[in-house]
Amino acid sequence: MATSEPVAGAHRSNGDQPIVSFEKVVKQFGNLTVLRELDFNVAPGERVTLIGPSGSGKTTILRLLMTLEKVTSGSITVDGESLTHMDKRGKLVPSDEQHCREVRKKIGMVFQQFNLFPNMNVMRNVTEAPIRVLGKSRDEAEQRAKELLDMVGLGDKTNNHPSQLSGGQQQRVAIARALAMEPKVMLLDEVTAALDPELVADVLNVLRDIANTTDMTMLIVTHEMGFARDVSNRVMMFDRGQILEEGPPSQIFGEPEHDRTRTFLKAVLEEH
Amino acid sequence: MIAAEPCAEKDGKWEWCRVDELLNPPPDATWQSLWDGLWITIQATVIGAIVAVVLGLVFAIMRRSTVRPVSWIATGIVEFVRSTPLLVQLFFLFFVIVPALFPGMEVETQAKVAGFTGLGLHYATYMSEVYRAGIDGVPKGQWEASTALSLPRTRTWTDVILPQAIPRVLPALGNYVIAMFKEVPLLFTITVTELLFDANAYASATFQSTEAYTVVGVFFLVVSIITAIPIRLLERRYGHL
Repeated sequence: MATSEPVAGAHRSNGDQPIVSFEKVVKQFGNLTVLRELDFNVAPGERVTLIGPSGSGKTTILRLLMTLEKVTSGSITVDGESLTHMDKRGKLVPSDEQHCREVRKKIGMVFQQFNLFPNMNVMRNVTEAPIRVLGKSRDEAEQRAKELLDMVGLGDKTNNHPSQLSGGQQQRVAIARALAMEPKVMLLDEVTAALDPELVADVLNVLRDIANTTDMTMLIVTHEMGFARDVSNRVMMFDRGQILEEGPPSQIFGEPEHDRTRTFLKAVLEEH
Repeated sequence: MIAAEPCAEKDGKWEWCRVDELLNPPPDATWQSLWDGLWITIQATVIGAIVAVVLGLVFAIMRRSTVRPVSWIATGIVEFVRSTPLLVQLFFLFFVIVPALFPGMEVETQAKVAGFTGLGLHYATYMSEVYRAGIDGVPKGQWEASTALSLPRTRTWTDVILPQAIPRVLPALGNYVIAMFKEVPLLFTITVTELLFDANAYASATFQSTEAYTVVGVFFLVVSIITAIPIRLLERRYGHL
């Protein structure tokens, strides 16, 4: 066992340790098994794209990480801390709501349907959680929100309500809102699937910028194969709740090992 | 000048002087002015509405609680109160609960406490269903976005869910307030001196009922019409539910 100096930041994170780790994760909805004993690791700063037919479990992986669903069995670790379990008087027990909340502060998520708060203007959408959860002052939160909104090209919309924005604009606000929480891991769940085709490019360009200028870890579920090829280090092909094959995008998109992957990619490319 | 003929000796089907007597009783009268009755009716409506609006929301949120016993208790109360008659509840509060809780209180005050809270509690259970519909109408994605931002549950309620749920149900809540206002005469049965109580006292004293009950009806009509105006405006603004 390696002896170690206490590392700054209490989470014992270092370059070698995965930031996200799934161990024998099983997820069932009733009789339906969505994930079967799934194992995988994501290194800090890695961009992983999850592809596969619908129902193959990709979105479920993101939802488990965001604690929108609970694992049936197995464990998930985020940045050295267990998301699924916690220590209670020396015993390992399923994590409670408070423990989940602490761990998931490290994780941000952008949804297919944007899910902006319609009762708040753009500025408040982006500042609500930094103020209420991170305890930032309003000035500090608004200054950071302004920077982020400028970055996504919506610095002039701070006073608008979501209903006054196009889908693409709403999704860019949602990206700024997730970034405002300074997550270590960003989950992108089919973020362009609900957009009109002409609005997709703006959103993807914003995400490309973020990928190029930060070292944020990203887990991406998408059918935009061009985008996946550009930003990801690794592509995982899912089928029936397991990883069918994985590798760098050039390999998966160029010369996939499995027929199943080939058929899937062909179908997706024809559709787009 | 000839002295005015005393009202009691007139026997027309409708005499305006009796309306005047109802509103301005002579000093030795055994009834109080219908204005006082109207005032008490309005008090019952306003206090009952506050109880109903607040308790209804509490019940609705409790039913959504992830702590099972909390939601069971709320469901139990709501179903029990909705399935028993208001009149029986009023009798039970007036004759059993309130005297037990406030034994030293004057009967008149006991009647008001029992009446106002009885009305409020009964309508709270209907309003909790209205709130529930409004809360269920907020898309699931709003809860999920709140979770993704780590907003605490209380914040999610106060900043995200309720500001979206409540505007939509305001017209329905308002309609229940009007319905409750029209049930205030039930309090007559537990001796609250609201409008119907006063009219009845006049009718008993004079054996003249026509003017008394007509005036009561007109009062209810006028107040209902006036309070319906803001509710129609809300409906136009937020739509129906």
